[in-house]
Amino acid sequence: MSKLDRHLLSINDLSAAEAISILDTAFELSKVSDGPMKKLPTLRGRTIVNLFFEDSTRTRISFESAAKRLSADVINFSAKGSSVSKGESLKDTAQTLQAMGADAVIIRHGASGAAQRLADSGWISASVINAGDGTHEHPTQALLDAYTIRSKFPELKSDFAGLKVAIVGDILHSRVARSNVLLLKKLGAEVTLVSIPTLLPVGVEAWGVKVSYDFDLTIADSDVVMMLRIQSERMNESYFPTAREYSRGFGLDQSRLASLKTNAIVMHPGPMNRGLEISAESADSHQSVVLAQVANGVLVRMAVLYQLLGSN
Amino acid sequence: MSIVLKNSKLVDGSNVDIKFGEGLIQEIGSNLSGDEVVDLKGNLVIPGLVDLHTHLREPGREDSETVATGSLAAVRGGYTAISPMANTTPVADTAGVVEQVFMLGKEAGLCDVFPIGAVTQGLEGLKLAELGAMNSSRANVRIFSDDGKCVFDPLLMRRALEYVKSFDGIIAQHAQEPRLTAGSQMNEGIISSQLGLTGWPAVAEEAIIARDILLAEHVDSRLHVCHLTTAGGVELVRAAKARGVKVTAEVTPHHLLLTDDLVVGYNAVYKVNPPLRTQKDVLALRAGLADGTIDVVATDHAPHPNEDKDCEWQVAAFGMLGLETALSVVVAAMIETNLMSWADLVDRMSLAPARIAGYANQGIGIKVGQVANLVVIDASAKWTVDRNRMASKSKNTPFHDMKLPARVLKTYFHGKLVHEMATDGSAN
Repeated sequence: MSKLDRHLLSINDLSAAEAISILDTAFELSKVSDGPMKKLPTLRGRTIVNLFFEDSTRTRISFESAAKRLSADVINFSAKGSSVSKGESLKDTAQTLQAMGADAVIIRHGASGAAQRLADSGWISASVINAGDGTHEHPTQALLDAYTIRSKFPELKSDFAGLKVAIVGDILHSRVARSNVLLLKKLGAEVTLVSIPTLLPVGVEAWGVKVSYDFDLTIADSDVVMMLRIQSERMNESYFPTAREYSRGFGLDQSRLASLKTNAIVMHPGPMNRGLEISAESADSHQSVVLAQVANGVLVRMAVLYQLLGSN
Repeated sequence: MSIVLKNSKLVDGSNVDIKFGEGLIQEIGSNLSGDEVVDLKGNLVIPGLVDLHTHLREPGREDSETVATGSLAAVRGGYTAISPMANTTPVADTAGVVEQVFMLGKEAGLCDVFPIGAVTQGLEGLKLAELGAMNSSRANVRIFSDDGKCVFDPLLMRRALEYVKSFDGIIAQHAQEPRLTAGSQMNEGIISSQLGLTGWPAVAEEAIIARDILLAEHVDSRLHVCHLTTAGGVELVRAAKARGVKVTAEVTPHHLLLTDDLVVGYNAVYKVNPPLRTQKDVLALRAGLADGTIDVVATDHAPHPNEDKDCEWQVAAFGMLGLETALSVVVAAMIETNLMSWADLVDRMSLAPARIAGYANQGIGIKVGQVANLVVIDASAKWTVDRNRMASKSKNTPFHDMKLPARVLKTYFHGKLVHEMATDGSAN
C-alpha cells in the first residue's frame, strides 16, 4: 500500500495507483466496519481538527466519524460564532491550532486555494486535508464517488477504462466537478460535462473532456450520471432565465430516468434540490446511489486519514 | 564643485567623459578634469528614468510606503521622476492633497515627485474632481486618473477628456469594465478554470480601451491607457494611432515577463490588477513596446504590507512592487531577447514618459546645459532580487530570488548623488 504525502489538497496530489490504493484501503476498512469492533486504534492519541469556515454539517460529520472510528481525538472549529467572524485571519487561526498541537487539519473554506495556502505557508506543520475550497476542489468527494462507482461496477479493478460518466449542471462553480474530472480522467474514464455554456468555465477546452449542451443525447450512452447542485444564488445572476427552464433542459426527471441504461447509476453529492436538478423519483429510484455515497464517504475519509497519519 | 564621470558609455556606443556642476551638465568630451573624478570603466550612463504610474500610499497608509521611502526605492531603480497615483486616503482629488504630496517629494529631495490627480471626487466615478485647481496648484498636475478604478460612465469620461484640453491635460484610464470583472481574481482562461478563481477576461479591458479611443477621437483629446495587458488591447491602440488618435499607452515590467500560470499555488504575491495574462499576451506586449505602439514602461509600483499578501488569495490585495526591479526586468524582457536596444529602452523609460507628461528637466537626454539627472548602470551585471533588501517599506515583489540582468550603480538628481550601490551589492 502506498503512502500519501503529507497533505491531500488536490486530486493532482495523487497518482492513479495512489488513488486506487485509497479505494482499496477503504474497502478493507469496510470489512472492519461491518464486523463487531467498529473502532480501530490506529490514530489513538492523535489530534484532528475540523476547521470549517463554511457550514457543511454533512462533510464535517463524515470526517468526524471517520476520525473517531480510527480513535483520533477530534476538535471541531467552526468559523461561525468564533474569532474568525470577528476578523481573525486564517493565519492566526492556523497558528493557534499549531500551538494546540494538531496533527491534521481538515479545512473547508470559501476561498479557492485556502487549503493550499494553509499547507504551503509555513504557518502550521500539521497535515492538511482539503474538505472543499471555494470553487476549486473537493478531493475526498471525488474519491468517495470513485469508490461508489467501483462498488457498483466491480469489473473496474485498477482503472476505469471504458466507463462513461456524465457530470451535469453548474460546472463553473463546482469543486466537486473539478475534483471528479481530475480523478475520473486519471483512472481512464470518459467524462462528458453536460451544461449550458454560461455554467461552463472559459478554459474548459483544456480539461480533456467532452462537452455537451444536450442532456438527452448524452444520457442514453452514460454508465454514470452525476448531478450537481444548483445554488440558489445563481438564479439572480442571469446564468439561465428561470429555474423551470433550467430544470426542463438539465434536470433528471422521470422521462430522462427512463432513458438511462438499465445498469447505469445516478449520483449526487448532496444536498439535493428535489424538483430542480433532480426529481424526487430519480433521487429515490433503485438506480440512485446517493445514500451509498454518504456511507462510503466515511470509509474513504478513514482511508485518507489512515494513509496520511497512520504509520508515523 | 564639479564632477567628471570618466569612461562613460552612452547608448550610442560612444565612450565619453561627462562633467557636471551646479546641477547642470557642463561638458561632454574626453580627458575632462574636475573637482571630483569618477572612473566608470565603461559602465553605461543614461538619463534618469521617469515613471508615470506609482503608488506611494502617503497620505493614509504610511505603514506600506511613504513619499520618502518610495523616492528612495525610485532612485535605487534609476528613476529621477515618479508619478504617485491619486488613490490615497484622503484621495488626491483636491489641490490641497496634491500639493501635500508634491511638497513631501520636495522634502525627500531624492527625485521629482509629480502627483497624478483624481478624475472624479473620491474616485467614485460620479462627479469630476477640481481638475483645474489641481492643475494650477504648485503641483501643476497634468495627468488625471482614477487608477484602481475605471472611469466607467461614458459621459463622465467624455467630459473629463474634454475638460482637460484647456491646459493640455491627459486622462489616464484604468481600463476595466466593472460588470465584466465583478469579483474577479485572475486572468480568465485555462488556469482560472483549473484553480476555480473568478476570471478577469481580456475583453473587459479591451471594451473600455475601444470605447475610450472612440471618445478621445470624437472630442480630439489626449487619452493615456494605463497598464495595457492584452494582445487585443495592443491591436486597438495600434489601429487608433494609425488613424491619428491622440492615444498613448503604457505597459508594466511585470506584464512583460510574468504569466498567469504563476498563480498555480495561490501565492498572492502574484495577485495584481490588471492580472498577469498569457504568454501570447506577453509576446504581443513586447512587440507593441518594441514598435512604439506602447509608448512607455510604467511600474505600477504598488506596495502592500505583509498581512495583505500572506493570506488566502481571495482576500489578498492586488499589486506588486516595481521601482527597484523595473529596469532589470525590461532588460530581461526586451534587450536580452533582442527586441530593443538600450537607446529604445531609454526612450520608453525616460524620454517618452517625460514627453507625454510634459515634465520639465526630465527625459531630455544627456546634453550640455541640461539638468544632470543621470544613472550609471552595470549592463553586464547579474543580481538576485532579495525582498528583504528593498528600500520600499513593503516586500511584495514577485521577482524575489529571481536572477536579473543589469544593475543601477549610481543615480544623480540635479547633479547630486542620491543613490550609490555599496560594494557588497546593497544600497546606501
